[in-house]
Amino acid sequence: MIKAILIFNNHGKPRLSKFYERYSEDTQQQIIRETFHLVSKRDENVCNFLEGGMLIGGADNKLIYRHYATLYFVFCVDSSESELGILDLIQVFVETLDKCFENVCELDLIFHVDKVHNILAEMVMGGMVLETNMNEIVTQIDAQNKMEKSEAGLAGAPARAVSAVKNMNLPEMPRNINIGDISIKVPNLPSFK
Amino acid sequence: MALKIVKGSIDRMFDKNLQDLVRGIRNHKEDEAKYISQCIDEIKQELKQDNIAVKANAVIKLAYLQMLGYDISWAAFNIIEVMSSSKFTFKRIGYLTASQCFYEGTDVIMLTTNQIRKDLSSPNQYDTGVALTGLSCFVTPDLARDLANDIMTLMSHTKPYIRKKAVLIMYKIFLKYPESLRPAFPRLKEKLEDPDSGVQSAAVNVICELARRNPKNYLSLAPLFFKLMTSSTNNWVLIKIIKLFGALTPLEPRLGKKLIEPLTNLIHSTSAMSLLYECVNTVIAVLISLSTGMPNHSASIQLCVQKLRILIEDSDQNLKYLGLLAMSKILKTHPKSVQSHKDLILQCLDDKDESIRLRALDLLYGMVSKKNLMEIVKKLMIHVDKAEGTTYRDELLTKIIDICSQSNYQYITNFEWYISILVELTRLEGTRHGHLIAAQMLDVAIRVKAIRAFAVSQMAMLLDNGHLLAGNMQRNGICEVLYAAAWICGEFSEYLQEPNQTLEAMLKSKVTTLPGHIQAVYVQNAAKLYASVLQQNEQAGNKEAAQEITQMLIDKLPQFVQNADLEVQERASCILQLIKYIQKLQAKDVPVAEEVMALFSGELNPVAPKAQKKVPLPDGLDLDAWINDAPSESSSDDESPKKMIFHEEEQRNVRHRQPELDEDELARRREVRKQEQANNPFYIKSSPSSQKNYQDASGVDHIPVVQIDLTVPLRVPGMPLSDQYLKLEEERRQQQKQDRLKKKKKQKKDKGKRRHDSLHTESDEDITPIHHVDIITEEMPENALPSDDDDKDPNDPYKALDIDLDKPLTDNEKLPVRTHRVTEKKAPEVEAASIEDKSKKPKKAKKEKDKKKEKEKKKSKDKVSKKQKSAENAEHVHAAPEEETVTPTSKAEESEKPTGEASDLDFWLSPAPVQSKSQSEPHSNEVASEPEETLKENKKEEDAKSLKHKKKKHKEKSKEEKKSKKKKHHSEEEAPESVQNGSLDDEPLPPMSNYCLLAEDSYVKMMYDIQGNLQDGSQVVVSVIFQNQSNGYLKSMEFNVLDSLNTKLVRPEGSSIHDGISVPFQLPPEVSNEARFVFTVESIIMPQKLKGTLTFIVKTDDGSSHEKLDFKLHFTCTSYMITTPCYSDAFAKLLESGELKMCSIKVDGINISFQLLLAKICFHHHFSVVERINSCASMYSRSIQGHHMCLLVKMGDSSVSVDGKCSDSSLLGNLLDELKQTLTEKC
Repeated sequence: MIKAILIFNNHGKPRLSKFYERYSEDTQQQIIRETFHLVSKRDENVCNFLEGGMLIGGADNKLIYRHYATLYFVFCVDSSESELGILDLIQVFVETLDKCFENVCELDLIFHVDKVHNILAEMVMGGMVLETNMNEIVTQIDAQNKMEKSEAGLAGAPARAVSAVKNMNLPEMPRNINIGDISIKVPNLPSFK
Repeated sequence: MALKIVKGSIDRMFDKNLQDLVRGIRNHKEDEAKYISQCIDEIKQELKQDNIAVKANAVIKLAYLQMLGYDISWAAFNIIEVMSSSKFTFKRIGYLTASQCFYEGTDVIMLTTNQIRKDLSSPNQYDTGVALTGLSCFVTPDLARDLANDIMTLMSHTKPYIRKKAVLIMYKIFLKYPESLRPAFPRLKEKLEDPDSGVQSAAVNVICELARRNPKNYLSLAPLFFKLMTSSTNNWVLIKIIKLFGALTPLEPRLGKKLIEPLTNLIHSTSAMSLLYECVNTVIAVLISLSTGMPNHSASIQLCVQKLRILIEDSDQNLKYLGLLAMSKILKTHPKSVQSHKDLILQCLDDKDESIRLRALDLLYGMVSKKNLMEIVKKLMIHVDKAEGTTYRDELLTKIIDICSQSNYQYITNFEWYISILVELTRLEGTRHGHLIAAQMLDVAIRVKAIRAFAVSQMAMLLDNGHLLAGNMQRNGICEVLYAAAWICGEFSEYLQEPNQTLEAMLKSKVTTLPGHIQAVYVQNAAKLYASVLQQNEQAGNKEAAQEITQMLIDKLPQFVQNADLEVQERASCILQLIKYIQKLQAKDVPVAEEVMALFSGELNPVAPKAQKKVPLPDGLDLDAWINDAPSESSSDDESPKKMIFHEEEQRNVRHRQPELDEDELARRREVRKQEQANNPFYIKSSPSSQKNYQDASGVDHIPVVQIDLTVPLRVPGMPLSDQYLKLEEERRQQQKQDRLKKKKKQKKDKGKRRHDSLHTESDEDITPIHHVDIITEEMPENALPSDDDDKDPNDPYKALDIDLDKPLTDNEKLPVRTHRVTEKKAPEVEAASIEDKSKKPKKAKKEKDKKKEKEKKKSKDKVSKKQKSAENAEHVHAAPEEETVTPTSKAEESEKPTGEASDLDFWLSPAPVQSKSQSEPHSNEVASEPEETLKENKKEEDAKSLKHKKKKHKEKSKEEKKSKKKKHHSEEEAPESVQNGSLDDEPLPPMSNYCLLAEDSYVKMMYDIQGNLQDGSQVVVSVIFQNQSNGYLKSMEFNVLDSLNTKLVRPEGSSIHDGISVPFQLPPEVSNEARFVFTVESIIMPQKLKGTLTFIVKTDDGSSHEKLDFKLHFTCTSYMITTPCYSDAFAKLLESGELKMCSIKVDGINISFQLLLAKICFHHHFSVVERINSCASMYSRSIQGHHMCLLVKMGDSSVSVDGKCSDSSLLGNLLDELKQTLTEKC
């Protein structure tokens, strides 16, 4: 089981948090802080597994994370998950984001956290891995987006226009903060599928 | 209206949307909290509006704020409003937000039940999907109960997208509503073979999760998983299954044996590291479960260790980490194989990655031997000095202690060295493990008598320097060692060199800054020390010194009397009074030393930690009864079990009160203890005399101790001593070696014929400990049970799911269904069942109002229920159909269950000929099931070669197993006896096979079986086993049939109808293999016969010849049937529908049991039992083209009547004919 999925940036600012067990909002923040503290002090060149997240229960649990440019993707899982499998899952997740957002960067995650949630929901459900095939995930997401668009229809037009205008005078929207080496495959991890 | 909408949307565009909110927060970095509270006010306004779009916008903003840590539970109702929007866009927002913040305690959550149910049945698959996803996050027991049935229906949805989600969420449903597990399980199991790989993977996922918690209930699924493992190519699925097997093997060693080969193959063949790693892990688990008796046992271990070494040597830190992790599992059972990689592991200790160092440390635990312990610990001590983080240093510290103390200090040859290591460790700043070191000091000092003198000297030194440790007592627990030091010095004061000095050190005013419990020990032991000093002085006739020391105590003790800690205060004042009294006596010149010493006399023995718990209750003692005359000791039993580092404290208190135990009693206890020690392998007897000095406390002198100049280490406080021991030890061993060599030479001279190869290398056994160490075993009460069963956690949330899944379902085990459905006419077949159904349904309507009552009723019904229904289908081809139990009481059922399960599994685990098919299946599949593909000749040959290889192996194996099978038959013959005794209702079923003879000549024998193709209604698969009966090679086999209009062989594209299909393998002599051929059929209502020929070349030593063999393939109607489970309600509906045509047969002269009869029908005709009542059963099957086939089988005295109903009358007629034939022929 996956207990929680967290994304935060190099400064510990949460970009997405998904808990598959109930924690109060305060505890959630504490977990994010603690996890960031554990993960951020690690060198780039060490293993991606961490034991002993104190807050998410028990010795059975592990933190498995990857660091992409400005973002940390952290999965907290128990012993029923394969460590290397989860690493691959993170890779699939990021590649899917990359495909859905067309060259994903941190800003995409900041402004469209709902979309990220929707993508994640197609991969992991209630803490269990639902789908690992990127094409399948993207197909489902596209189909849902299409539905959304058709629903918005005419009524959504004015809102979209306004939003476009708002985005026009937005100095901080440049898309140059790229998540970098996203296409790099893990060494010695021949693709999972 | 239209205007309103437009107006609404224009209003809306000036509302803040999520992006605006995020932007705003980023622009208000300095007053973020204020800005957000503003936004929340706005959101509250927006939520008050009617427009659902505005609400949805507000809710998605709330979801974002939730991530930032704001409580949004106040908006729960609005979230539900948005969830119930008809638009997918908004619905999704609603469910997303709900999944982020709803939980069991959310009070409005019950309002969602109907909305979710509506969404689940929505025609739009994404509505359903979104509802399932949301529900998976916030499902409550109530929701689970109310929605279980709806979700179960979704598991058979036409869209795989929904199916996989529904399957996955079932796990959450089971967790919250365990009653649903049994009714839903058959369908879940069915999904393991779903055509969609995603659904399959989800089902595997769920079952693995379930099985992980309660593996024994899922053992019976092993054959199915085994099949999946050998056929699946999805690594996710494989990993899950392999992990599951890892959990199952400890329960069934035979399973392990079966697994080894395919796993080893996977290890060799896979390129995915993740899969490789899990395979290795499971192989390790298998090897652990098989303690002995595997021929290629060591080969597998070697393979694992070797693969792990590759992982550890990899530059990828992740692999290194996992390699070490898996290595530590091997270590537990096969330390030898790991020890050879010591170099690698020591190297990992220097890794820059802390996780890896920690893993390597774990491994060290098993690497040590008497020979290298000192060396390894020295290395660790260096790491301790270098370590920066306290966590890692603490870890090192505990590891050092673990390593040294493991299995009763087995590897320590020199305890002086160990004590000095412990003393060195006290110099660590900021450690949290002071108590650990203290416990070790105490343990060693108490249990190793020979070391006491040395330990006491070291402890005295620690006490002298106590202020160093006490200085930073606020920050850490290192001052705990003073506790041990004080106690040791006091208890073993006879070894003290300068007791006066130590006594003074213990009474320094600095001591009062120590924690209370340590001061208490100081005070108590100061008294002990005082007693021994007093005695010394008195014996020496030095009265002045004696009085001086008394005066000193009287001066110093008051500082403790004023202590804030009650324990210290009490002890101090008590002792102070005592000493004042002694002073008075001393003034009168009365010798008091003897009496003072008597206060503390006697030997202390360590007590096992669980000793208190294990004291057996004597016969006739009723602990609950009132005790009128309290026995004198009763007060000591009341002693609060405070956290005490050593258990002796309690004992001592007892001892004070009864200074003299009955002499006989003592003698008896001693005797028992002696016997216990004699049986205890860890008890190292120092010398024959050691038992004696056990009694007189002072007689340690005659323990042979190798003299070491103690004065050197003693006089240099603070200098690392342990290094010196390394050298000393080295020399000593050298010395020993030489001694031994000399001895040997002598012996050789004496006995000239002695074998030469005994020229020894230094092994563990050769190193004799420097001290003859008397490790006293811990005392346990007499008759104490050795079991360790007190470590189970009663609050395991998964316990509720520990449910037996093999028992057939009973009628009242149904998922709650909404109840406005009225059942109408019932077909006569299920009358009995439906009557009960009817009576139950109104009850269920009540249920929602009156749950508790219903539950009670259910319980009682459970007990009474005599009728049991098996919705579980009759398993897969190679497993015998399940036994049915018709026992009146659940108790009897339970007792029987294991046998039933075991025989099922036994059947699979003892590889009968049928089973062999499943093993070769994947291979033949590859080739034969894709005949359209134009196969290249050489590729085929390769396949054939590997197959041949496999087959050979298999043959050998099966020979062995034939023997075991014979044995099994034997046991089966015995079974009927017990049936007659009435203790067993289940009858073990004889192995059955569907393969029948196709054709045979002197060269080759062909057996075949025909099965419908699940995925394609127009195809059947013919599996043919070719067996070479000659002593030549069979090559170039071609299989050809004459197609009929109705039935055609599927040939590779481009070949004409006259071409045969070449069999994808060659057969060496005496070998058999299986190939599969696909046929298309149009109509399936009639049986068919096809003529065919097999041509082949026989190659013998003399030369080769072309041969051919004609055969007739018989496509029975049975072969078009597919075993499909059916639920009784669906079955009843089907019969009600009135579309089915009926036909019946009667067969006389049948004298087999009903059980066996059903099994035969299930097995040979692909039926499943829907329901069974006494000697009457309803059965169901489905044709590949979707014809429903229902049977009612009744057993008379010696006749069986079968009524059948089917949507096609000729199919039914033909099938019943075949059935009749089976029953008459084979009975």
